[in-house]
Amino acid sequence: MAELLGWRELPLGGVVAGGTARELNKTGSWRAERPIWHEEKCIQCLVCWLHCPDDSILIQGAKVRGVDYEHCKGCGVCAAVCPKDAIEMVPERRAVCAKP
Amino acid sequence: MRKAITGHKAVAEAMRQIEPDVFAVYPITPQSEIAEYYAEYVHEGLVRTELIPAESEHSALSACVGAAAAGARVMTATASQGLALLVEVLYIAAGMRLPIVMALANRALSAPINIHCDHSDAYLARDSGAVQVFCESAQEAYDYTIMAQKLAEHEKVRLPVLVNLDGFTLTHTVQPVDLLEDEVVRRFVGEHNPVFPLLDVDRPVTWGAFAMHDYYFELKRAQESGMEAVPQVFLAVQREFSRVSGRRYAGFFEGYHLEDAEYVMIVLGSTAGTAKAAVDELRKRGLKAGLLKPWLWRPFPANELAEALRAAKAVAVLDRAFSFGTMGALYEDVAAALYAAEHRPTLANYVYGLGGRDTSVPDLIKVFEELRRIPRTEWTLRYIGLRE
Repeated sequence: MAELLGWRELPLGGVVAGGTARELNKTGSWRAERPIWHEEKCIQCLVCWLHCPDDSILIQGAKVRGVDYEHCKGCGVCAAVCPKDAIEMVPERRAVCAKP
Repeated sequence: MRKAITGHKAVAEAMRQIEPDVFAVYPITPQSEIAEYYAEYVHEGLVRTELIPAESEHSALSACVGAAAAGARVMTATASQGLALLVEVLYIAAGMRLPIVMALANRALSAPINIHCDHSDAYLARDSGAVQVFCESAQEAYDYTIMAQKLAEHEKVRLPVLVNLDGFTLTHTVQPVDLLEDEVVRRFVGEHNPVFPLLDVDRPVTWGAFAMHDYYFELKRAQESGMEAVPQVFLAVQREFSRVSGRRYAGFFEGYHLEDAEYVMIVLGSTAGTAKAAVDELRKRGLKAGLLKPWLWRPFPANELAEALRAAKAVAVLDRAFSFGTMGALYEDVAAALYAAEHRPTLANYVYGLGGRDTSVPDLIKVFEELRRIPRTEWTLRYIGLRE
């Protein structure tokens, strides 16, 4: 957790500079279910990346490479839209214990 | 140029000269004519303002918030129930430090439904974080609309400013008003320099972000610093306006025979004019009566007010609204200001003029006479012109 700022240091009106929320807020801790991406089933259609509301599908060279677990809130939209069931939602506790 | 116009026309003329980028508004008695005059200016091509006829006051101020965050100079106007509907967004505008100037044509709140003047709408917005200014005349409504723009947009203030003018008494009566040249007003208000405008795509920001227990408190304290900056800026704006207009505005309130006054009346808005006539009459009879008319109500100029009452024996504070279950809001401000002062005159609180009830010179003379017989500061409401 970053050090908390005093009131004199805050920008006018609580404005937040672009891109800073991503650095400071690791929203992955909110997650109850974890999406597990199965590369062997994935056809690289990028539908999950298009639909992810938190920009948490990791992309490299226009190909899905995994999930950003620091920010993914586990909403399950990616799993729901995947045409090949290549993304599986697993309860967070089980996912962490099983270390897939 | 001197013209015989209504308070509404005076405010609309000030707005035309300021020429905001956006004027989002919803009509309500007794404010509607401001919107109507301005719609004419837009229709005639006298201004380039984007007029947004919103579907409610809540939407009108929401549009103002969005436009102000985008970097525009914005204004709106409302009254009574309209203020009540938009007050949710007014807190947001203040919290987001958006300089929005709003004419508030003071009108009583329902129920019972009424269209005439009292200050219950302004009192509803008391703790919203908006700066509030009260006007005695159409001239002051014109002048303070112009000054409010500069005050609201000052880099240290950046807050919404409400310019209160009594419904009908000021909005609908024709009075002589000295108008400045368009160019003088334009130069006076100057260019608007928005902070973090949303349309600046090279510096993207998030407006209206969420803040939890870890930051909410600090952000509200930072908001209060905007209020703390108001008094200095208010005086500076008055000084500059006095210079360009030739009219004299100096201080957070106007004193009328206040210097040596033993019996003082404190009253907001147009009734101050009636009080001046009462003071004149009582001075003729040898009573050292005086008037203190606050221009600036929020932030409340407590120290300066206490200092101005150093010669007073007794003070009548008039509230044009109930604050149900306690004393009048202005009375409580004055009482709190004097509690820390060395000299504490006797205080009495009068509720008057609700729902447009007329308050006459004899009514106020009676208050001054009664004031002489009140032995000590009271925590009891007295009433002017109320049938038992």
